[in-house]
Amino acid sequence: MPTINKDNKLAFAFVATAFAFFFIGTICGLLQGLVRGGLIELPYWLNYYKVLTTHGISLALLFTTYFIYGFFYAGIRRTMGELSAKVRTAGWTGFWMMLIGTLMAVVMVSSDQATVLYTFYAPLKASPFFYIGLALFVVGSWVSGISMIAHYAQWKKRHPNQTTPLFGFMTVATILLWIIACLGVAATVLLQLIPWSFGLTDKINILLSRTLFWYFGHPLVYFWLLPAYMYWYVSVPKVVGGKIFSDSLARLAFVMFLLFSIPVGFHHQLMEPGIHESWKLIQVVLTLMVVIPSLLTAFSMFATFESAGRNKGAKGLLGWWTKLPYGDVRFLAPFLGMLFFVPAGIGGIINTSYQLNEVVHNTLWVVGHFHITVGAAVVMSFFGIAYWLVPYLTGRRLTKALNRLGVFQIVLWAVGMFIMSTAMHVLGLYGAPRRTAFSMYNDHAVALDWFRGIVANQLYLPIGAFFLFLSSMLMVYLFVYLACLAPKATSQNAEEFPVSEAENKEERPPAVLDNWKVWISVCAVLILLAYTVPVLDMIQHAPGSPGYRTW
Amino acid sequence: MHIHRYEKYWLVFGFLSIVTFIAFMFVMTFSTGHHTAGGMEVIDPEKVAETPPFDKPGLKKVGENTYEAVVVAMAFGYNPAKLEIPKGAKVHFKVTSQDVIHSFSIPGTNVNMQIVPGHISEREHTFDKPGEYLVLCNEYCGTGHHMMTMEIEVVEHANHQ
Repeated sequence: MPTINKDNKLAFAFVATAFAFFFIGTICGLLQGLVRGGLIELPYWLNYYKVLTTHGISLALLFTTYFIYGFFYAGIRRTMGELSAKVRTAGWTGFWMMLIGTLMAVVMVSSDQATVLYTFYAPLKASPFFYIGLALFVVGSWVSGISMIAHYAQWKKRHPNQTTPLFGFMTVATILLWIIACLGVAATVLLQLIPWSFGLTDKINILLSRTLFWYFGHPLVYFWLLPAYMYWYVSVPKVVGGKIFSDSLARLAFVMFLLFSIPVGFHHQLMEPGIHESWKLIQVVLTLMVVIPSLLTAFSMFATFESAGRNKGAKGLLGWWTKLPYGDVRFLAPFLGMLFFVPAGIGGIINTSYQLNEVVHNTLWVVGHFHITVGAAVVMSFFGIAYWLVPYLTGRRLTKALNRLGVFQIVLWAVGMFIMSTAMHVLGLYGAPRRTAFSMYNDHAVALDWFRGIVANQLYLPIGAFFLFLSSMLMVYLFVYLACLAPKATSQNAEEFPVSEAENKEERPPAVLDNWKVWISVCAVLILLAYTVPVLDMIQHAPGSPGYRTW
Repeated sequence: MHIHRYEKYWLVFGFLSIVTFIAFMFVMTFSTGHHTAGGMEVIDPEKVAETPPFDKPGLKKVGENTYEAVVVAMAFGYNPAKLEIPKGAKVHFKVTSQDVIHSFSIPGTNVNMQIVPGHISEREHTFDKPGEYLVLCNEYCGTGHHMMTMEIEVVEHANHQ
């Protein structure tokens, strides 16, 4: 029987915490769907916006980050060997810091001291302990993240002149992206929000805090997406019986994400005053460049699928489609996620297009958009990972029966997401707002229309949410089962952490791709170009505002 | 670094599509004048009520068939609560907030402004169809956020001048 090593325990602690927040967050999701469909009214003490704050923080911030870290620790152990004692200790230190910070924020939200949604826009003023909790979470994630980079550096020292394993390379790119992005949110939380919420300063520069938030807020979504891409690039080829299409292009894609996902935050602020149009347009152009590495990824995936199918004897132009292992939840989950990502990517281009944003900004369209990016492409890939990662970490087995249940869970999720997000997209085009409790606006004709459509109907939100809720409860059950109850594995049938090899092994990726000093410098230059002038202008000209508590 | 021939075609196609999108965007902005909401003017957020033009919110005729609509957003409503606008008139909206962040959004039109305290948001719009338009706040601003609304009635002939 395989023994569970210390590194995998660390990874499992992160994954288990992730699913605890997944459980809380999806219950809130169901409540919101029911409210928006006009089916229930929440009691006063459980106000809608508190539920919304909990849903956003639990799923978007906590579930994702904890899961990603668990996946990374397991992956760097698998590809770059055992962690040193120091690295492991730093990993645990970060974990506890994150957890304490998280619990502080959770207590503040549930006691109604921080009903500010997960974007916590000033001048809404939450309890200082909410902001301190968030800061602790971010700093803890840096401590753990830096420990992973240290592990990579140690590997490089031990293996001079060797190409780093693809998983390790991608981990470093993703952690760097996270650390650089968090500088913005750390700046606003530490320098603006905490002193102001304690009453040390009486006014806050709102525009600056929004800009620092969105400097972080867009790379944040790439921090969620890149681990899903890692699964697609590194593991999925192995699961389908193929190979990585091109190791170098995979690395290039990740470097491009690091460069182009950070200097782009203004595309979330296209509809607001105080930022000159020329800066908005520059950042929109930079944002659209992120399309290129996504196109690279799409090509690589389908090239891998095709070659795997042909190796299994597929004929004709599209015969390989029939050779893919659709019954294997490790493949089906990310595969359906990829299909969702096609309209999701197109929607993203629409959101960032300067004028088109005007039609959809802050409408339900945006909610539909990030439910098929994060809630489908990313989370379904995470499900796919969890089905083998959890038994891999706990020394148990994903049996055939559990795999079948997993397939059922994934299909439920896909159906729920499809119903809900389609309706959200269309409702958004009709002008239905996001982040809003149920309201008919005095039975205004415009609001009544939101209930009349065949495709766009707010009643689909609770229906979709119900499917998603069932699926999430099944996922939580399967998580617990795989962690504690599934049959123990022997050394012959232990779950593997799938890592595939490159199609063309002789070809080494260009050395410059492994040179992080170069990419961090280029990234810094792009950030300074995109932000220096408008931020200086905000510091000088944007007026300060006192705080408000409107909940 | 080797790049497969088909992948090269795919990337060139993608890159050219993006360049085309960007070109369209710039043409729409600079040649057909489709600017989105914005504005660089600032205001003391605590003195909105005494700072012109926000001391007298409402619709003002500023030229031949051209109007200025001055609106103050607050938790949880707008001042004025209703505007009557003649059909076909060009309306220049000027909106600010006296407390937290709001929005000024009119479903069915391209008016969708983020309202940030301390700044003045501006946008022009021409209402070509008569009817009752809903203005709503689509940025979370507190417990009464979903009650925050205003009405715009576009009429064939306006009463006021």
